[in-house]
Amino acid sequence: MLNTKQDIINKLRKDILLMEGFNPPSAGGVSSIGLGDIESAFPNGVFPVGAIHEMMCPSPEHVAASSGFIAGILGSLMEKGGACLWIGVGRELFPPSLMAFNTEPDRMIFIDVQKERDVLWVAEEALKCEGLSAVIAELRDISFAESRRLQLAVENSKVTGFILRNDPRKAGTSTCVARWQISPLPSETEDGLPGVGYPRGQVDLLKVRNGNPGSWQLEWAEGRFVQVNKEAAIHEFVRQIG
Amino acid sequence: MQKRFVSIWFRHLTTDWLTLRRPELKTLPFVFAAPEHGRMLITAANPLAEAQGISPGMALADARAVVPSLEMADHIPGKEAKLLKALGEWCIRYTPLVAIDMPDGLILDISGCAHLWGGERAYLGNIIKVLRSKGYDARGAMADTLGAAWAVARFGKDKPIIEPGEQAGALLLLPPMALRLEIETLERLKKLGFYTIKSFMGIGRSVLRRRFGTQLLLRLDQALGNEDEPLDLLQPIEPYHERLPCLEPIRTATGIEIAIKTLLENLCRRLEGEGLGLRSAVLKCYRLDGKVLQVSIGTGKASHFVNHLFRLFELKISSIEPDLGIELFTLDATKVEEADPEQEMLWSPESGGLEDTGLAELLDRLANKVGTGNIRRYLPQEHYWPERSVKPALSLQDKRTTEWRTDRSRPSLLLSRPERIDVTALLPDNPPMLFVYKNIVHKVSKADGPERIEREWWLEQGEHRDYYRVEDEKGRRYWVFRSGHYSGDQTGQWFIHGFFA
Repeated sequence: MLNTKQDIINKLRKDILLMEGFNPPSAGGVSSIGLGDIESAFPNGVFPVGAIHEMMCPSPEHVAASSGFIAGILGSLMEKGGACLWIGVGRELFPPSLMAFNTEPDRMIFIDVQKERDVLWVAEEALKCEGLSAVIAELRDISFAESRRLQLAVENSKVTGFILRNDPRKAGTSTCVARWQISPLPSETEDGLPGVGYPRGQVDLLKVRNGNPGSWQLEWAEGRFVQVNKEAAIHEFVRQIG
Repeated sequence: MQKRFVSIWFRHLTTDWLTLRRPELKTLPFVFAAPEHGRMLITAANPLAEAQGISPGMALADARAVVPSLEMADHIPGKEAKLLKALGEWCIRYTPLVAIDMPDGLILDISGCAHLWGGERAYLGNIIKVLRSKGYDARGAMADTLGAAWAVARFGKDKPIIEPGEQAGALLLLPPMALRLEIETLERLKKLGFYTIKSFMGIGRSVLRRRFGTQLLLRLDQALGNEDEPLDLLQPIEPYHERLPCLEPIRTATGIEIAIKTLLENLCRRLEGEGLGLRSAVLKCYRLDGKVLQVSIGTGKASHFVNHLFRLFELKISSIEPDLGIELFTLDATKVEEADPEQEMLWSPESGGLEDTGLAELLDRLANKVGTGNIRRYLPQEHYWPERSVKPALSLQDKRTTEWRTDRSRPSLLLSRPERIDVTALLPDNPPMLFVYKNIVHKVSKADGPERIEREWWLEQGEHRDYYRVEDEKGRRYWVFRSGHYSGDQTGQWFIHGFFA
């Protein structure tokens, strides 16, 4: 009896996940987007595309780190030749840098609006458009109601949305499926050679709906994300301090 | 009804056109020439050049030997057709049926038109007078058949108007060339001593057919009026314009919506039938108080989809103030282009990339809200200078001409204007040890560089930049540069230009 109850609950949970837009891994399609272990933090072990992710970016350095992280993900999202929209007010993203993250910069369309208000309008319109692979919006702040509108838009179109929140001091609740913070980490070169190594960052998954938040260290090396060995990093840190 | 035709012959079509463009050529002999088999052949000569014995088909070098001061202009392929089309469209004021007669004439079917100008003489006189006053050396003739009018316009000696039924008499003394025959037939006629049409018109048809083929008989019949000749008429393009007068003045947004939809449906039906799409349109609303409100939209890709175009107008409806009411709506398509036919795709890709119709429609909507200039896409440009390494793409279809470079690392964020920083660095070319940016001290732990980028002296003057990629203790990576060489004044030479991921 208990067994069947548990089964029913599991079944219901799965149904709810489906309703919320989390798809089980498809048999034929490529489900991995190259994030390695991080993907297992999400329900069903699949990075949710067709959902909104928010990135906390308190400083320009965080924006740079987040844009690198997003560009790495876009590389696999846009693999089939899709296009992508980047919406912002005072955009500083430098298109050629995307190429280093396997994303073709000429398939990225930039919408530079004058007013903060317009970003939301443009983002909502763009998220409704099924022909896009992803939409990235740079925002200062977003209210619960506004994030709900965006979420409703992606539920039909299955476009992946990223929101870069530049002023996350008032980080209230939102309907976004995941909340990230990507901070830069000291890079390492092989055998202690001089110079700057591969871009490295601390990926904190602060909130994730129905998943397990966590924290990882990622490095973008030779065209893919590589998880950095945590113990080695701590060891290195201790060595530096000591 | 009695058919009447006018044939107009422009003896110096292209040279007249160039003389109109460049009046100083009026007193000079000049020719058009085109390269053929390694030499320049004359394709057209103006009257002054012709008077000195230069004719089309001559080599330019030969002509220069005759007239050393001969001016030359490059032959423009297709120019005659364009000029004739424009002249033909202008001639529609005389008759609705105008056809182009390549390479140098027009044919007007003037049946039942001449009396409006007070008779045939005045009619033909008016056409020729106006054309000549515009600067085109035109000759015209009128006859019952197209062939006879053509022959008389080019070879007629005395009167240009052939009375009804007299075309046979008029043709008698003209050379066989007047019958629009092929060159081989003409040569054969000449060889056999037929110098006028009269000399072979009386010969039996079967004999003529055996000797010269059916074409001669056909042309003869057409000139005499025994055979009909189809005309390829010029179709003037009607302006893309729709009107919607309203019985009751319209004052509500719903009313305006319905009006726009009706106008768009009519316009799009026509555009779709012609395989065209709209690029820009203007909606005018005539208000009861005499004011005219104007709203315009533009699309990035020619479109004739009512829903899409309506959504573009929908964004603007709020800016229309009906006030007392709108009594008339007009819709003009100010720019129309050929539209790609929608193709049914057997395998629809998940997303169509930049060619996706949905994306084009989305961008149209965004462009009408935030402005076309604020939608940008970048293509690589072959410049090392970071600010110039990208250029905005002109359209969605614009392809990159060079590859994106990945051999040098470039920052994720680039400041639009480098910001000054205070730096402690070893001389002469060491990376900074620490720098102060926005009152925060960054102690540099790792650095790459310098990467020297010179200014492009052919574009602008100034100092070169030595770029360093530096990482501070917390792992934040920056792109800083020193401008120019070290000099006595050490301050204000260091700048921050970007942030790395």
